[in-house]
Amino acid sequence: MIGITAYGGYVPRLRLSLQAIGQANAWYAPQFASRKGTLAFGNWDEDSITMAVAAGRDCLGPDDDRSRVRGVLLASSTLPFAERLNAAVVAGALTLDENIQACDLGGTPRCALAALSQAAAMAQMDEGEVLVAAAESRRTRPGSAQELQYADGAAAMLVGTEGVLAEYLGSGVVTADFVDHFRAVGEDVDYHWEERWVRDEGIAKLVPPAIAAALNRAGVAAGQVDHFIFPTSFRQMGASLARHCGIAPEAVADNLLAAVGDTGGAHGLLVLAHVLERATPGQIILLAQFGSGAQAIVLRVTEAIRDFRPQRGVSRWIARGAEDHSYTRFLSFKGQLALERGMRGEQDKKTALSTAWRHRTALQGLVAGRCEVTGSVHFPPSRLSYDNPPRQDTQRPYKLADRPAQILSWSAEYLSWHPSPPHHYGQIDFEGGGRILMDFTDLDVGEVATGQAMDMVFRIKDIDDLRGFRRYFWKATPARDGQA
Amino acid sequence: MAQGIKDKVAILGMGCSKFGERWDCSPEDLMVEAYNEAMADAGIGPEQLGAAWFSTHMDDVGTGRGGTPLGIALRLPNIGVTRVENFCAGGSEAIRAAVYAVAAGACDIALAVGVEKLKDTGYGGLPMATVGTYIPQWYPNAVAPANFAQLASAYQARHGIEPALLKRAMAHVSIKSHANAVKNPKAHLRKAITEEQCLAAPIVAAPLGLFDCCGVSDGAAAVIVTTPDIARGLGKQDLVTFKALQVVTSNGWELHSSEWDGSYVHSARIAARRAYAEAGIPDPRSGISMTEVHDCFSITELITMEDLGLSDEGGAVKDVLDGAFDADGRIPCQIDGGLKCFGHPVGASGIRMLYEMYLQLQGRADTRQLPNPTTGLIHNLGGQPSQNVCSISIVGLEGA
Repeated sequence: MIGITAYGGYVPRLRLSLQAIGQANAWYAPQFASRKGTLAFGNWDEDSITMAVAAGRDCLGPDDDRSRVRGVLLASSTLPFAERLNAAVVAGALTLDENIQACDLGGTPRCALAALSQAAAMAQMDEGEVLVAAAESRRTRPGSAQELQYADGAAAMLVGTEGVLAEYLGSGVVTADFVDHFRAVGEDVDYHWEERWVRDEGIAKLVPPAIAAALNRAGVAAGQVDHFIFPTSFRQMGASLARHCGIAPEAVADNLLAAVGDTGGAHGLLVLAHVLERATPGQIILLAQFGSGAQAIVLRVTEAIRDFRPQRGVSRWIARGAEDHSYTRFLSFKGQLALERGMRGEQDKKTALSTAWRHRTALQGLVAGRCEVTGSVHFPPSRLSYDNPPRQDTQRPYKLADRPAQILSWSAEYLSWHPSPPHHYGQIDFEGGGRILMDFTDLDVGEVATGQAMDMVFRIKDIDDLRGFRRYFWKATPARDGQA
Repeated sequence: MAQGIKDKVAILGMGCSKFGERWDCSPEDLMVEAYNEAMADAGIGPEQLGAAWFSTHMDDVGTGRGGTPLGIALRLPNIGVTRVENFCAGGSEAIRAAVYAVAAGACDIALAVGVEKLKDTGYGGLPMATVGTYIPQWYPNAVAPANFAQLASAYQARHGIEPALLKRAMAHVSIKSHANAVKNPKAHLRKAITEEQCLAAPIVAAPLGLFDCCGVSDGAAAVIVTTPDIARGLGKQDLVTFKALQVVTSNGWELHSSEWDGSYVHSARIAARRAYAEAGIPDPRSGISMTEVHDCFSITELITMEDLGLSDEGGAVKDVLDGAFDADGRIPCQIDGGLKCFGHPVGASGIRMLYEMYLQLQGRADTRQLPNPTTGLIHNLGGQPSQNVCSISIVGLEGA
């Protein structure tokens, strides 16, 4: 049996108030002024790579040994690098083995479904388990309809043959150059054609054949579908497709537009991760997504679903949202508002790539060195330990990212330039040893104190505007369980 | 067994420029200002200098690398000039090198000069430091106020002190230094402040407000040292001699292990212990007349009183609020205004601290003169609480 063996998701904490957008732009786009609800958007230090890592961690859990993962397929239309394998950054952060396959996919919102099929094929070739991660962080033009729809988020599915939670029964694809929207290389935002044409000539005509082919391949009748997932921001589109294809109306899944927004290429897997949280053994899931044609995948939930829980899960990511009424913060984090930085903001953030490679294990995976004689933990790892007397060459790799940690000391300062002032940082002590003076993120002023439990998250460390590079590292964020 | 430095080297002369926003002065001008005063005080000519050490911290503003900026600015007679740099403790390093050279008999008279020209950056506060290629890839782009502010969070947690009470004690530290600096014509900030002003000031790095942070100033200071015999031979009386010179450098224990609790400065405690032993001072509370400590931030001065053994652990808040370190207190601290108000031209600060101790011990401190001090302690800290260089020097009247 081939199928999904683990799943997870990620929704950034910030929720932009649509009212805040509407009111800020009311003078220009009064038609949007009365919108209500929120959209999930990433902090300044989040992008499709960091969100894919977060979803991957949610899916894989805190285990130190991730050698079962033999490949990473990263699907997104908003990967930060055109040259530099984005999936390799994800693999490094997840501390996956180096002798694995890794690949970036993009070009259409349905690329995550293509990745899922490829992962199933790889698993079938006995190549071990493959992690499919999909993430999206798109820009929109202020005052556009998309600004009120597009959201940031990610999801991850592990595909393999052991302990399958949802069996992969088959897929159907239609590939067609139907251009409902496009974004040329180097452009920031999507260009859209008329919605009525997209809906009636595109979705209504291209999705049903893909669904029919998938159901046929799976040997499942439309009426047997228990969960029908079709991400779209057209109201009633899912119900209309269900009716057209013979799927029961109650099978149409909540596509999380109200709770999250439309996360584009990540959305199909995000809703799937949400559906899997409550799916029961034997249920049939039909997942379809539109874009340059369409793809549909049929899954059957197994008994094993009862024994699996993602580390946090989409529902809990959704529950910890923090509503934000600052439209200018959203624009700034999206790189669309050039705020005054002061002279301290002129500091060069050039990254020495040879240094980054030399220390890749520590930097990418937050791997410390633990002295096998004394048990002392060192970050960054070093040849000599801090023990008295120092031990030489006794440190072995020791992962810190999933260990409980707490604040020893901290401050929040307004002096240096920071994209989200005040700049919080402090000393973090890990249970079992290890101390790092590190950045904090995703928190509010007045929220931290000595002794507070903190989680580790993989984030953008610095952006080098001059050269278009960005470097990543880990940061501490208040440990939250279902709360903002 | 090393014999230590006690009474082997004396101060022959000292000078210090006015500190502040010296918009009209280049670093060379500042060096000349301090040097002229020191040479006049010593009563010697340049040809009598055997060697010089030069302290400046920032490469990228003002002064430049190597020994040549000093050699050229002072037109020194081709003696050896060595630049030393050890964060904010560089001034003390220049002193140490000159003192050691004299004590070793390698030269009869040695010069140490520190300078910093900070007001050519275009913005307030210290310039961002460069720290190699690895550290920026994981370590926060940290600034000094937030590094030292962390002492407050850890100190509060360790001793169970109410944030508002600590904030008041920190305010008292700054109020005292401002009051002292009013009497110091060379100080950068010469205005008395109130507790209300302190507590209401904008936050720079929580919980430090504007008045918890020292001034960033232009300035230079110079000292000329020699042996007590040579000094006497040159007609000097009431010699001020070095009793102890200790430098302690972190080895990463605070930074990497989980044993340090972040509420004190480990290196300062070691340096203090060694300095008291070198100077032969069994009880600093009776053996030290006055101190100049590295009050880069109010919280630093407060916890330093404990690190130096001048307050009990957890007792500095009460001692500070009781006025123990005020000008009329038990052991006056920052009688010249300290880094807080005299100013902090980084490479010069260690020498500036010595300058005030020297003036006080010789009874030359004008309206801020303390009654009959015999020993002074100088605490000059470079880096930040978890990784630093801590220099503690003790000077005193010969025979004290």
